[in-house]
Amino acid sequence: MSTQPHKKRTRWHIAVFLAPAVLVYTAIMILPLFGTMQNSLFNEIDKSRVFVGLQNFYKLFQDPRWSADFWNALGNNAWFFLIHMLVQNPIGIALAAILSNPRLRFAKFYRTAIFIPTILSFVIVGFAWKLILSPIWGITPSMLDAVGLKFLFAPWLGKEEYALTTIALISVWQFIGIPMMLIFAALLSIPDDVLEAAECDGITGMSAFWKIKLPLILPSIGIISVLTFVGNFNAFDLIYTIQGALAGPDFSTDILGTFMYRTFFGFQLQLGDPYMGSTIASAMFGIILVGVCIYLFAIQTRLRRYQF
Amino acid sequence: MRSSRNNLGRSIAAHAALITYTLIALFPVFVIIINSFKTRKKIFREPLALPDADSFSLIGYETVLKQGDFMQYFQNSMVVTLVSLFCILLFGAMAAFALSEYRFKGNTLLGLYLALGIMIPIRIGTVAILQMMVASGLVNTLTALILVYTAQGLPLAIFILSEFMQQVSDDLKSAGRIDGLSEYRIFFVLVLPLVRPAMATVAVFNMIPIWNDLWFPLILAPSEATKTLTLGSQVFIGQFVTNWNAVLSALSLAILPALVIYVLFSRQMIRGITSGAVK
Repeated sequence: MSTQPHKKRTRWHIAVFLAPAVLVYTAIMILPLFGTMQNSLFNEIDKSRVFVGLQNFYKLFQDPRWSADFWNALGNNAWFFLIHMLVQNPIGIALAAILSNPRLRFAKFYRTAIFIPTILSFVIVGFAWKLILSPIWGITPSMLDAVGLKFLFAPWLGKEEYALTTIALISVWQFIGIPMMLIFAALLSIPDDVLEAAECDGITGMSAFWKIKLPLILPSIGIISVLTFVGNFNAFDLIYTIQGALAGPDFSTDILGTFMYRTFFGFQLQLGDPYMGSTIASAMFGIILVGVCIYLFAIQTRLRRYQF
Repeated sequence: MRSSRNNLGRSIAAHAALITYTLIALFPVFVIIINSFKTRKKIFREPLALPDADSFSLIGYETVLKQGDFMQYFQNSMVVTLVSLFCILLFGAMAAFALSEYRFKGNTLLGLYLALGIMIPIRIGTVAILQMMVASGLVNTLTALILVYTAQGLPLAIFILSEFMQQVSDDLKSAGRIDGLSEYRIFFVLVLPLVRPAMATVAVFNMIPIWNDLWFPLILAPSEATKTLTLGSQVFIGQFVTNWNAVLSALSLAILPALVIYVLFSRQMIRGITSGAVK
Protein backbone atom coordinates (compact mmCIF):
# COMPACT_ATOMS: atom_id res chain seq x y z
CA MET A 1 0.00 0.00 0.00
CA SER A 2 2.88 2.32 0.65
CA THR A 3 3.70 2.33 -3.05
CA GLN A 4 0.34 3.91 -3.84
CA PRO A 5 1.40 7.57 -3.81
CA HIS A 6 4.50 6.70 -5.74
CA LYS A 7 2.39 4.96 -8.39
CA LYS A 8 0.01 7.89 -8.65
CA ARG A 9 2.85 10.24 -9.47
CA THR A 10 4.12 8.14 -12.34
CA ARG A 11 0.77 7.48 -13.99
CA TRP A 12 0.88 10.41 -16.38
CA HIS A 13 1.21 7.93 -19.20
CA ILE A 14 -2.47 7.05 -18.85
CA ALA A 15 -3.41 10.59 -19.77
CA VAL A 16 -0.94 10.57 -22.64
CA PHE A 17 -2.42 7.36 -24.00
CA LEU A 18 -5.96 8.65 -23.74
CA ALA A 19 -5.58 12.29 -24.72
CA PRO A 20 -5.51 12.17 -28.54
CA ALA A 21 -8.49 9.87 -28.90
CA VAL A 22 -10.58 11.65 -26.28
CA LEU A 23 -9.78 15.09 -27.69
CA VAL A 24 -10.55 14.31 -31.33
CA TYR A 25 -13.65 12.33 -30.41
CA THR A 26 -14.99 15.02 -28.11
CA ALA A 27 -14.24 17.92 -30.42
CA ILE A 28 -15.48 16.44 -33.69
CA MET A 29 -18.17 14.06 -32.56
CA ILE A 30 -19.69 14.89 -29.19
CA LEU A 31 -19.57 18.68 -29.21
CA PRO A 32 -21.11 18.99 -32.71
CA LEU A 33 -23.78 16.53 -31.66
CA PHE A 34 -24.76 18.80 -28.79
CA GLY A 35 -24.21 21.86 -30.96
CA THR A 36 -26.70 20.50 -33.45
CA MET A 37 -29.24 19.74 -30.76
CA GLN A 38 -28.76 23.20 -29.34
CA ASN A 39 -29.22 24.68 -32.81
CA SER A 40 -32.54 22.96 -33.10
CA LEU A 41 -33.87 25.11 -30.27
CA PHE A 42 -33.09 28.33 -32.12
CA ASN A 43 -34.34 30.04 -35.21
CA GLU A 44 -33.51 33.07 -37.25
CA ILE A 45 -36.00 35.87 -36.78
CA ASP A 46 -35.24 39.22 -38.38
CA LYS A 47 -31.67 38.14 -39.12
CA SER A 48 -30.82 37.35 -35.52
CA ARG A 49 -30.60 34.08 -33.68
CA VAL A 50 -33.49 33.70 -31.30
CA PHE A 51 -34.25 30.99 -28.79
CA VAL A 52 -37.56 29.41 -29.72
CA GLY A 53 -37.70 26.40 -27.44
CA LEU A 54 -39.39 23.40 -28.96
CA GLN A 55 -41.14 25.41 -31.63
CA ASN A 56 -39.03 23.91 -34.42
CA PHE A 57 -40.05 20.43 -33.37
CA TYR A 58 -43.66 21.50 -33.20
CA LYS A 59 -43.31 22.84 -36.72
CA LEU A 60 -41.67 19.63 -37.92
CA PHE A 61 -44.30 17.33 -36.46
CA GLN A 62 -47.43 19.49 -36.80
CA ASP A 63 -47.11 22.32 -39.30
CA PRO A 64 -48.51 20.92 -42.55
CA ARG A 65 -45.73 22.57 -44.58
CA TRP A 66 -43.15 20.44 -42.79
CA SER A 67 -44.91 17.52 -41.19
CA ALA A 68 -46.13 15.94 -44.43
CA ASP A 69 -42.54 15.71 -45.67
CA PHE A 70 -41.26 14.53 -42.32
CA TRP A 71 -43.77 11.73 -41.85
CA ASN A 72 -43.32 10.71 -45.47
CA ALA A 73 -39.55 10.48 -44.97
CA LEU A 74 -39.95 8.60 -41.70
CA GLY A 75 -42.40 6.12 -43.20
CA ASN A 76 -40.14 5.55 -46.19
CA ASN A 77 -37.21 5.06 -43.88
CA ALA A 78 -39.11 2.46 -41.88
CA TRP A 79 -39.94 0.56 -45.06
CA PHE A 80 -36.31 0.82 -46.16
CA PHE A 81 -35.25 -0.72 -42.85
CA LEU A 82 -37.89 -3.44 -42.97
CA ILE A 83 -36.68 -4.63 -46.37
CA HIS A 84 -33.13 -4.84 -45.09
CA MET A 85 -34.24 -6.87 -42.11
CA LEU A 86 -36.39 -9.21 -44.16
CA VAL A 87 -34.08 -9.67 -47.14
CA GLN A 88 -30.51 -8.71 -46.35
CA ASN A 89 -30.06 -10.33 -42.96
CA PRO A 90 -31.70 -13.71 -43.63
CA ILE A 91 -29.82 -14.13 -46.92
CA GLY A 92 -26.60 -13.01 -45.25
CA ILE A 93 -27.05 -15.54 -42.47
CA ALA A 94 -27.90 -18.30 -44.93
CA LEU A 95 -24.83 -17.58 -47.02
CA ALA A 96 -22.63 -17.53 -43.93
CA ALA A 97 -24.11 -20.83 -42.76
CA ILE A 98 -23.32 -22.47 -46.08
CA LEU A 99 -19.85 -20.95 -46.21
CA SER A 100 -18.94 -21.99 -42.69
CA ASN A 101 -18.98 -25.67 -43.63
CA PRO A 102 -15.31 -26.60 -43.28
CA ARG A 103 -15.51 -29.18 -46.07
CA LEU A 104 -16.88 -26.74 -48.62
CA ARG A 105 -14.57 -26.20 -51.58
CA PHE A 106 -13.94 -22.76 -53.10
CA ALA A 107 -15.35 -21.19 -49.93
CA LYS A 108 -12.76 -18.47 -50.08
CA PHE A 109 -13.62 -17.59 -53.66
CA TYR A 110 -17.33 -17.31 -52.90
CA ARG A 111 -16.69 -15.23 -49.83
CA THR A 112 -14.45 -12.86 -51.71
CA ALA A 113 -16.83 -12.54 -54.66
CA ILE A 114 -19.96 -11.99 -52.61
CA PHE A 115 -18.25 -9.28 -50.62
CA ILE A 116 -17.29 -7.28 -53.72
CA PRO A 117 -20.48 -5.15 -53.93
CA THR A 118 -19.89 -4.03 -50.35
CA ILE A 119 -16.56 -2.46 -51.22
CA LEU A 120 -17.96 -0.47 -54.13
CA SER A 121 -18.96 3.10 -53.51
CA PHE A 122 -22.55 4.25 -53.57
CA VAL A 123 -21.78 6.19 -56.69
CA ILE A 124 -20.76 3.08 -58.60
CA VAL A 125 -23.61 1.00 -57.23
CA GLY A 126 -26.18 3.70 -57.81
CA PHE A 127 -25.22 4.52 -61.36
CA ALA A 128 -24.57 0.92 -62.34
CA TRP A 129 -28.04 -0.16 -61.26
CA LYS A 130 -29.58 2.95 -62.74
CA LEU A 131 -28.12 1.96 -66.10
CA ILE A 132 -29.04 -1.68 -65.75
CA LEU A 133 -32.63 -0.93 -64.80
CA SER A 134 -32.97 1.82 -67.37
CA PRO A 135 -35.64 1.17 -69.98
CA ILE A 136 -33.45 3.03 -72.50
CA TRP A 137 -30.68 0.46 -72.33
CA GLY A 138 -33.10 -2.41 -72.14
CA ILE A 139 -30.76 -4.93 -70.55
CA THR A 140 -33.28 -5.85 -67.88
CA PRO A 141 -36.33 -6.26 -70.13
CA SER A 142 -34.35 -8.39 -72.57
CA MET A 143 -33.11 -10.61 -69.75
CA LEU A 144 -36.61 -10.95 -68.34
CA ASP A 145 -37.78 -11.72 -71.87
CA ALA A 146 -35.32 -14.59 -72.04
CA VAL A 147 -37.05 -16.28 -69.11
CA GLY A 148 -40.52 -15.30 -70.30
CA LEU A 149 -41.15 -12.70 -67.62
CA LYS A 150 -41.00 -9.58 -69.74
CA PHE A 151 -44.46 -8.49 -68.64
CA LEU A 152 -43.04 -7.92 -65.18
CA PHE A 153 -40.76 -5.16 -66.37
CA ALA A 154 -41.49 -1.58 -65.47
CA PRO A 155 -39.23 1.43 -65.12
CA TRP A 156 -38.98 0.55 -61.46
CA LEU A 157 -36.86 3.49 -60.41
CA GLY A 158 -39.21 5.92 -62.07
CA LYS A 159 -42.48 4.67 -60.62
CA GLU A 160 -43.59 6.03 -57.30
CA GLU A 161 -44.92 2.71 -56.06
CA TYR A 162 -41.75 0.71 -56.81
CA ALA A 163 -38.88 3.18 -56.56
CA LEU A 164 -38.25 2.93 -52.83
CA THR A 165 -38.43 -0.85 -52.74
CA THR A 166 -36.10 -1.06 -55.72
CA ILE A 167 -33.54 1.20 -54.08
CA ALA A 168 -33.83 -0.75 -50.83
CA LEU A 169 -33.11 -3.96 -52.72
CA ILE A 170 -30.12 -2.36 -54.44
CA SER A 171 -28.85 -1.39 -51.00
CA VAL A 172 -29.42 -4.97 -49.83
CA TRP A 173 -27.42 -6.18 -52.82
CA GLN A 174 -24.63 -3.84 -51.85
CA PHE A 175 -24.42 -4.58 -48.14
CA ILE A 176 -25.16 -8.26 -47.87
CA GLY A 177 -21.46 -8.91 -47.34
CA ILE A 178 -21.53 -7.35 -43.89
CA PRO A 179 -24.02 -9.70 -42.18
CA MET A 180 -22.42 -12.54 -44.10
CA MET A 181 -18.94 -11.80 -42.77
CA LEU A 182 -20.01 -11.10 -39.20
CA ILE A 183 -22.14 -14.23 -38.96
CA PHE A 184 -19.43 -16.22 -40.67
CA ALA A 185 -16.95 -15.15 -38.00
CA ALA A 186 -19.47 -15.92 -35.26
CA LEU A 187 -20.10 -19.40 -36.68
CA LEU A 188 -16.39 -20.10 -36.82
CA SER A 189 -16.02 -19.18 -33.19
CA ILE A 190 -18.34 -22.00 -32.11
CA PRO A 191 -15.94 -24.60 -30.73
CA ASP A 192 -15.78 -27.94 -32.48
CA ASP A 193 -16.45 -29.90 -29.29
CA VAL A 194 -19.91 -28.36 -29.03
CA LEU A 195 -20.72 -29.47 -32.55
CA GLU A 196 -19.12 -32.87 -32.02
CA ALA A 197 -21.13 -33.37 -28.86
CA ALA A 198 -24.26 -32.54 -30.82
CA GLU A 199 -23.20 -34.94 -33.55
CA CYS A 200 -22.89 -37.72 -30.97
CA ASP A 201 -26.46 -36.99 -30.02
CA GLY A 202 -27.43 -37.34 -33.67
CA ILE A 203 -27.89 -33.65 -34.40
CA THR A 204 -26.26 -32.81 -37.73
CA GLY A 205 -26.83 -30.75 -40.85
CA MET A 206 -29.87 -28.51 -40.85
CA SER A 207 -31.00 -29.40 -37.37
CA ALA A 208 -27.53 -28.64 -36.04
CA PHE A 209 -27.89 -25.22 -37.58
CA TRP A 210 -31.32 -24.53 -36.10
CA LYS A 211 -30.76 -26.12 -32.71
CA ILE A 212 -27.11 -25.47 -31.95
CA LYS A 213 -25.60 -22.80 -34.15
CA LEU A 214 -28.48 -20.35 -34.45
CA PRO A 215 -28.99 -19.95 -30.70
CA LEU A 216 -25.25 -19.45 -30.29
CA ILE A 217 -25.05 -16.71 -32.91
CA LEU A 218 -28.15 -14.83 -31.70
CA PRO A 219 -26.00 -12.12 -30.10
CA SER A 220 -24.34 -11.51 -33.47
CA ILE A 221 -27.73 -11.35 -35.14
CA GLY A 222 -28.76 -8.77 -32.56
CA ILE A 223 -25.69 -6.70 -33.33
CA ILE A 224 -26.35 -6.94 -37.05
CA SER A 225 -29.93 -5.82 -36.58
CA VAL A 226 -28.97 -2.76 -34.63
CA LEU A 227 -26.18 -1.93 -37.10
CA THR A 228 -28.71 -2.20 -39.91
CA PHE A 229 -31.10 0.05 -38.02
CA VAL A 230 -28.53 2.75 -37.40
CA GLY A 231 -27.16 2.49 -40.92
CA ASN A 232 -30.59 2.74 -42.52
CA PHE A 233 -31.78 5.63 -40.43
CA ASN A 234 -28.90 7.80 -41.48
CA ALA A 235 -28.64 6.53 -45.04
CA PHE A 236 -28.35 9.14 -47.73
CA ASP A 237 -25.72 8.41 -50.35
CA LEU A 238 -27.45 5.76 -52.44
CA ILE A 239 -30.68 7.69 -52.79
CA TYR A 240 -28.81 10.89 -53.51
CA THR A 241 -26.84 9.14 -56.24
CA ILE A 242 -29.81 7.48 -57.88
CA GLN A 243 -32.59 10.00 -57.41
CA GLY A 244 -30.79 13.22 -56.49
CA ALA A 245 -31.50 15.45 -53.51
CA LEU A 246 -35.15 15.67 -54.49
CA ALA A 247 -35.57 11.93 -53.87
CA GLY A 248 -37.98 11.53 -56.73
CA PRO A 249 -40.31 10.50 -58.21
CA ASP A 250 -42.40 12.95 -56.20
CA PHE A 251 -40.47 12.41 -52.95
CA SER A 252 -41.41 8.73 -52.93
CA THR A 253 -37.83 7.74 -52.04
CA ASP A 254 -37.26 10.54 -49.57
CA ILE A 255 -35.76 9.30 -46.31
CA LEU A 256 -34.58 11.24 -43.28
CA GLY A 257 -31.03 11.67 -44.60
CA THR A 258 -32.09 13.21 -47.91
CA PHE A 259 -34.76 15.30 -46.16
CA MET A 260 -32.16 16.71 -43.78
CA TYR A 261 -29.72 17.41 -46.60
CA ARG A 262 -32.37 19.26 -48.60
CA THR A 263 -33.50 21.26 -45.61
CA PHE A 264 -30.00 22.15 -44.48
CA PHE A 265 -28.59 23.09 -47.89
CA GLY A 266 -31.70 24.10 -49.72
CA PHE A 267 -32.57 23.05 -53.23
CA GLN A 268 -33.87 24.78 -56.30
CA LEU A 269 -35.73 27.83 -54.97
CA GLN A 270 -35.83 26.93 -51.31
CA LEU A 271 -33.05 28.42 -49.20
CA GLY A 272 -31.04 26.31 -46.80
CA ASP A 273 -32.15 26.39 -43.20
CA PRO A 274 -29.57 25.26 -40.64
CA TYR A 275 -32.07 25.49 -37.80
CA MET A 276 -34.65 23.20 -39.31
CA GLY A 277 -31.81 21.01 -40.60
CA SER A 278 -30.62 20.67 -37.01
CA THR A 279 -34.14 19.92 -35.90
CA ILE A 280 -34.40 17.05 -38.36
CA ALA A 281 -30.95 15.82 -37.30
CA SER A 282 -32.09 15.88 -33.67
CA ALA A 283 -35.21 13.94 -34.57
CA MET A 284 -32.99 11.38 -36.31
CA PHE A 285 -30.82 11.25 -33.23
CA GLY A 286 -33.89 10.59 -31.10
CA ILE A 287 -35.06 7.80 -33.38
CA ILE A 288 -31.65 6.14 -33.45
CA LEU A 289 -31.33 6.50 -29.69
CA VAL A 290 -34.71 4.83 -29.15
CA GLY A 291 -33.71 1.97 -31.45
CA VAL A 292 -30.35 1.49 -29.78
CA CYS A 293 -31.92 1.59 -26.31
CA ILE A 294 -34.48 -1.01 -27.31
CA TYR A 295 -31.60 -3.17 -28.44
CA LEU A 296 -29.47 -2.60 -25.36
CA PHE A 297 -32.16 -3.02 -22.74
CA ALA A 298 -34.78 -5.23 -24.28
CA ILE A 299 -32.79 -7.49 -26.56
CA GLN A 300 -29.19 -7.72 -25.52
CA THR A 301 -29.88 -8.35 -21.85
CA ARG A 302 -32.13 -11.28 -22.75
CA LEU A 303 -29.67 -12.90 -25.08
CA ARG A 304 -27.30 -15.09 -23.22
CA ARG A 305 -23.73 -14.71 -24.29
CA TYR A 306 -21.80 -17.91 -24.32
CA GLN A 307 -18.17 -17.74 -23.38
CA PHE A 308 -16.01 -20.55 -24.57
CA MET B 1 -24.01 -45.11 -47.91
CA ARG B 2 -27.10 -43.08 -47.36
CA SER B 3 -25.30 -40.40 -45.50
CA SER B 4 -22.60 -40.01 -48.14
CA ARG B 5 -25.18 -39.58 -50.89
CA ASN B 6 -26.92 -37.12 -48.63
CA ASN B 7 -23.68 -35.23 -48.24
CA LEU B 8 -23.17 -35.07 -51.97
CA GLY B 9 -26.68 -33.73 -52.50
CA ARG B 10 -26.17 -31.17 -49.83
CA SER B 11 -22.86 -30.09 -51.24
CA ILE B 12 -24.37 -29.67 -54.71
CA ALA B 13 -27.21 -27.60 -53.24
CA ALA B 14 -24.69 -25.49 -51.33
CA HIS B 15 -22.65 -24.81 -54.45
CA ALA B 16 -25.77 -24.05 -56.48
CA ALA B 17 -26.91 -21.50 -53.92
CA LEU B 18 -23.48 -19.91 -53.69
CA ILE B 19 -22.97 -19.78 -57.44
CA THR B 20 -26.39 -18.17 -57.90
CA TYR B 21 -25.63 -15.53 -55.36
CA THR B 22 -22.13 -14.95 -56.70
CA LEU B 23 -23.63 -14.33 -60.12
CA ILE B 24 -26.10 -11.86 -58.66
CA ALA B 25 -23.27 -10.11 -56.85
CA LEU B 26 -20.93 -9.90 -59.82
CA PHE B 27 -23.29 -9.51 -62.76
CA PRO B 28 -23.78 -5.72 -62.58
CA VAL B 29 -20.05 -5.13 -62.23
CA PHE B 30 -19.38 -7.44 -65.15
CA VAL B 31 -21.95 -5.75 -67.40
CA ILE B 32 -20.56 -2.30 -66.66
CA ILE B 33 -16.99 -3.31 -67.37
CA ILE B 34 -17.58 -5.21 -70.62
CA ASN B 35 -19.77 -2.49 -72.03
CA SER B 36 -17.25 0.20 -71.22
CA PHE B 37 -15.07 -1.29 -73.97
CA LYS B 38 -17.73 -1.24 -76.66
CA THR B 39 -18.95 1.20 -79.25
CA ARG B 40 -22.10 3.07 -78.47
CA LYS B 41 -24.10 1.14 -81.03
CA LYS B 42 -23.07 -2.23 -79.63
CA ILE B 43 -23.76 -1.14 -76.07
CA PHE B 44 -27.39 -0.85 -77.02
CA ARG B 45 -27.62 -3.65 -79.56
CA GLU B 46 -25.95 -6.45 -77.62
CA PRO B 47 -25.44 -5.34 -74.04
CA LEU B 48 -24.49 -8.80 -72.86
CA ALA B 49 -21.98 -9.63 -75.57
CA LEU B 50 -18.29 -9.46 -74.82
CA PRO B 51 -16.38 -6.81 -76.76
CA ASP B 52 -14.80 -8.21 -79.92
CA ALA B 53 -12.65 -6.74 -82.70
CA ASP B 54 -15.72 -5.28 -84.31
CA SER B 55 -17.28 -3.66 -81.27
CA PHE B 56 -14.17 -2.75 -79.30
CA SER B 57 -13.77 0.92 -78.57
CA LEU B 58 -11.98 3.06 -76.04
CA ILE B 59 -13.84 6.24 -76.86
CA GLY B 60 -15.39 6.38 -73.39
CA TYR B 61 -12.05 6.16 -71.64
CA GLU B 62 -10.64 8.86 -73.89
CA THR B 63 -13.47 11.21 -72.93
CA VAL B 64 -13.07 10.47 -69.25
CA LEU B 65 -9.32 10.89 -69.15
CA LYS B 66 -9.52 14.08 -71.16
CA GLN B 67 -12.28 15.70 -69.10
CA GLY B 68 -12.02 14.48 -65.56
CA ASP B 69 -9.23 15.14 -63.15
CA PHE B 70 -9.24 11.60 -61.86
CA MET B 71 -5.60 11.46 -60.78
CA GLN B 72 -6.17 14.40 -58.48
CA TYR B 73 -9.33 12.85 -57.03
CA PHE B 74 -7.59 9.54 -56.56
CA GLN B 75 -4.71 11.17 -54.75
CA ASN B 76 -7.10 13.06 -52.46
CA SER B 77 -8.95 9.87 -51.60
CA MET B 78 -5.66 8.11 -50.91
CA VAL B 79 -4.39 10.84 -48.60
CA VAL B 80 -7.65 11.12 -46.69
CA THR B 81 -8.04 7.36 -46.27
CA LEU B 82 -4.46 6.58 -45.28
CA VAL B 83 -4.00 9.45 -42.86
CA SER B 84 -7.39 8.81 -41.24
CA LEU B 85 -6.58 5.12 -40.86
CA PHE B 86 -3.22 5.91 -39.32
CA CYS B 87 -4.80 8.26 -36.80
CA ILE B 88 -7.62 5.85 -35.98
CA LEU B 89 -5.23 2.96 -35.39
CA LEU B 90 -2.65 4.90 -33.41
CA PHE B 91 -5.03 6.92 -31.22
CA GLY B 92 -7.46 4.03 -30.94
CA ALA B 93 -4.81 1.54 -29.86
CA MET B 94 -3.36 3.96 -27.33
CA ALA B 95 -6.73 4.63 -25.76
CA ALA B 96 -7.68 0.97 -25.84
CA PHE B 97 -4.45 0.10 -24.09
CA ALA B 98 -5.04 2.66 -21.38
CA LEU B 99 -8.60 1.47 -20.82
CA SER B 100 -7.79 -2.22 -20.72
CA GLU B 101 -4.47 -2.08 -18.89
CA TYR B 102 -4.86 0.42 -16.08
CA ARG B 103 -7.37 0.68 -13.30
CA PHE B 104 -8.06 4.33 -12.68
CA LYS B 105 -10.93 6.47 -11.55
CA GLY B 106 -13.57 6.83 -14.22
CA ASN B 107 -12.22 3.99 -16.36
CA THR B 108 -15.61 2.41 -17.00
CA LEU B 109 -17.30 5.75 -17.48
CA LEU B 110 -14.73 6.86 -20.02
CA GLY B 111 -15.08 3.54 -21.82
CA LEU B 112 -18.83 4.04 -22.06
CA TYR B 113 -18.37 7.62 -23.19
CA LEU B 114 -16.08 6.52 -26.00
CA ALA B 115 -18.39 3.64 -26.92
CA LEU B 116 -21.35 6.00 -27.44
CA GLY B 117 -20.03 6.84 -30.86
CA ILE B 118 -20.30 3.24 -32.04
CA MET B 119 -24.03 3.56 -32.28
CA ILE B 120 -24.46 7.26 -32.92
CA PRO B 121 -23.63 8.24 -36.48
CA ILE B 122 -21.43 11.30 -36.74
CA ARG B 123 -23.65 12.60 -39.54
CA ILE B 124 -26.20 13.74 -36.98
CA GLY B 125 -23.82 16.52 -36.00
CA THR B 126 -23.17 17.65 -39.57
CA VAL B 127 -24.71 21.11 -39.17
CA ALA B 128 -22.48 21.96 -36.23
CA ILE B 129 -19.44 20.28 -37.79
CA LEU B 130 -19.81 22.46 -40.86
CA GLN B 131 -20.20 25.58 -38.73
CA MET B 132 -17.09 24.60 -36.80
CA MET B 133 -15.07 23.95 -39.94
CA VAL B 134 -16.20 27.27 -41.41
CA ALA B 135 -15.18 29.04 -38.21
CA SER B 136 -11.76 27.41 -38.17
CA GLY B 137 -11.18 27.87 -41.89
CA LEU B 138 -10.94 24.16 -42.58
CA VAL B 139 -13.69 24.00 -45.17
CA ASN B 140 -12.40 22.63 -48.46
CA THR B 141 -9.33 21.11 -46.90
CA LEU B 142 -8.52 17.44 -46.61
CA THR B 143 -7.75 18.04 -42.93
CA ALA B 144 -11.45 18.54 -42.26
CA LEU B 145 -12.24 15.16 -43.76
CA ILE B 146 -9.41 13.44 -41.91
CA LEU B 147 -10.57 14.87 -38.58
CA VAL B 148 -14.14 13.77 -39.18
CA TYR B 149 -13.20 10.26 -40.26
CA THR B 150 -10.81 9.85 -37.35
CA ALA B 151 -13.51 10.82 -34.88
CA GLN B 152 -15.95 8.53 -36.66
CA GLY B 153 -13.64 5.53 -36.60
CA LEU B 154 -12.26 5.83 -33.07
CA PRO B 155 -15.15 4.44 -31.00
CA LEU B 156 -15.34 1.08 -32.75
CA ALA B 157 -11.56 0.86 -33.00
CA ILE B 158 -11.19 1.40 -29.26
CA PHE B 159 -13.91 -1.11 -28.53
CA ILE B 160 -12.45 -3.88 -30.70
CA LEU B 161 -8.85 -3.22 -29.77
CA SER B 162 -9.46 -3.16 -26.03
CA GLU B 163 -11.17 -6.56 -26.23
CA PHE B 164 -8.01 -7.87 -27.87
CA MET B 165 -5.66 -6.09 -25.52
CA GLN B 166 -7.31 -7.77 -22.57
CA GLN B 167 -6.23 -11.08 -24.01
CA VAL B 168 -2.55 -10.16 -24.14
CA SER B 169 -0.93 -12.11 -21.37
CA ASP B 170 -0.21 -10.24 -18.17
CA ASP B 171 2.96 -12.25 -17.62
CA LEU B 172 4.49 -10.77 -20.71
CA LYS B 173 3.80 -7.23 -19.57
CA SER B 174 5.00 -7.98 -16.04
CA ALA B 175 8.18 -9.43 -17.48
CA GLY B 176 8.63 -6.25 -19.47
CA ARG B 177 8.12 -4.11 -16.39
CA ILE B 178 10.63 -6.14 -14.41
CA ASP B 179 13.11 -5.63 -17.22
CA GLY B 180 12.58 -1.93 -16.73
CA LEU B 181 10.67 -1.14 -19.89
CA SER B 182 8.66 2.06 -19.74
CA GLU B 183 4.89 1.86 -20.19
CA TYR B 184 5.29 3.38 -23.65
CA ARG B 185 7.75 0.70 -24.70
CA ILE B 186 5.52 -2.01 -23.28
CA PHE B 187 2.73 -0.66 -25.45
CA PHE B 188 4.69 -0.10 -28.66
CA VAL B 189 7.11 -3.01 -28.45
CA LEU B 190 5.22 -5.77 -26.65
CA VAL B 191 1.50 -5.21 -27.05
CA LEU B 192 1.06 -3.59 -30.48
CA PRO B 193 2.67 -6.43 -32.47
CA LEU B 194 0.40 -8.91 -30.73
CA VAL B 195 -2.81 -7.17 -31.72
CA ARG B 196 -1.87 -6.75 -35.37
CA PRO B 197 -4.70 -8.99 -36.63
CA ALA B 198 -7.21 -6.85 -34.74
CA MET B 199 -5.62 -3.72 -36.17
CA ALA B 200 -6.02 -5.15 -39.66
CA THR B 201 -9.69 -5.81 -39.02
CA VAL B 202 -10.21 -2.30 -37.74
CA ALA B 203 -8.32 -0.89 -40.71
CA VAL B 204 -10.37 -2.72 -43.30
CA PHE B 205 -13.65 -1.98 -41.60
CA ASN B 206 -12.81 1.71 -41.60
CA MET B 207 -11.14 1.88 -44.96
CA ILE B 208 -14.19 1.01 -47.05
CA PRO B 209 -16.62 3.53 -45.53
CA ILE B 210 -14.02 6.29 -45.61
CA TRP B 211 -13.06 5.65 -49.23
CA ASN B 212 -16.68 5.46 -50.32
CA ASP B 213 -18.16 8.28 -48.28
CA LEU B 214 -20.07 10.85 -50.27
CA TRP B 215 -21.73 12.88 -47.51
CA PHE B 216 -18.76 14.63 -45.91
CA PRO B 217 -16.81 15.34 -49.12
CA LEU B 218 -20.01 16.81 -50.54
CA ILE B 219 -20.53 19.04 -47.52
CA LEU B 220 -17.06 19.80 -46.18
CA ALA B 221 -14.76 19.65 -49.20
CA PRO B 222 -16.59 20.02 -52.51
CA SER B 223 -13.93 22.23 -54.15
CA GLU B 224 -12.19 20.99 -57.26
CA ALA B 225 -8.83 20.63 -55.48
CA THR B 226 -10.17 18.55 -52.60
CA LYS B 227 -12.75 16.34 -54.30
CA THR B 228 -12.38 12.70 -53.42
CA LEU B 229 -12.73 10.01 -56.03
CA THR B 230 -16.25 9.19 -54.87
CA LEU B 231 -17.47 12.78 -55.09
CA GLY B 232 -15.48 13.38 -58.28
CA SER B 233 -17.06 10.47 -60.08
CA GLN B 234 -20.50 11.46 -58.81
CA VAL B 235 -20.14 14.93 -60.28
CA PHE B 236 -18.47 13.71 -63.44
CA ILE B 237 -21.05 11.05 -64.18
CA GLY B 238 -23.82 13.50 -63.40
CA GLN B 239 -22.53 15.76 -66.19
CA PHE B 240 -22.30 13.02 -68.76
CA VAL B 241 -25.58 11.25 -68.20
CA THR B 242 -26.31 10.94 -71.89
CA ASN B 243 -22.82 9.93 -72.96
CA TRP B 244 -23.06 6.22 -72.24
CA ASN B 245 -19.53 5.43 -73.26
CA ALA B 246 -18.14 8.01 -70.87
CA VAL B 247 -20.39 6.99 -68.00
CA LEU B 248 -19.58 3.30 -68.34
CA SER B 249 -15.87 4.02 -68.57
CA ALA B 250 -15.94 6.35 -65.59
CA LEU B 251 -17.73 3.68 -63.59
CA SER B 252 -15.19 1.05 -64.58
CA LEU B 253 -12.35 3.37 -63.62
CA ALA B 254 -13.98 3.98 -60.26
CA ILE B 255 -14.47 0.27 -59.66
CA LEU B 256 -10.83 -0.48 -60.36
CA PRO B 257 -9.12 1.09 -57.32
CA ALA B 258 -11.75 -0.33 -54.99
CA LEU B 259 -11.14 -3.79 -56.44
CA VAL B 260 -7.38 -3.48 -56.19
CA ILE B 261 -7.57 -2.35 -52.57
CA TYR B 262 -9.92 -5.18 -51.81
CA VAL B 263 -7.81 -7.86 -53.47
CA LEU B 264 -4.76 -6.57 -51.61
CA PHE B 265 -6.45 -6.57 -48.24
CA SER B 266 -9.18 -9.18 -48.38
CA ARG B 267 -7.00 -11.97 -47.10
CA GLN B 268 -5.83 -9.84 -44.23
CA MET B 269 -9.36 -8.83 -43.41
CA ILE B 270 -10.72 -12.34 -43.44
CA ARG B 271 -7.78 -13.53 -41.41
CA GLY B 272 -8.39 -10.64 -39.04
CA ILE B 273 -12.05 -11.45 -38.58
CA THR B 274 -11.58 -15.16 -38.22
CA SER B 275 -8.43 -15.10 -36.13
CA GLY B 276 -10.19 -12.65 -33.89
CA ALA B 277 -13.13 -14.94 -33.60
CA VAL B 278 -11.25 -18.20 -33.26
CA LYS B 279 -8.22 -16.76 -31.55
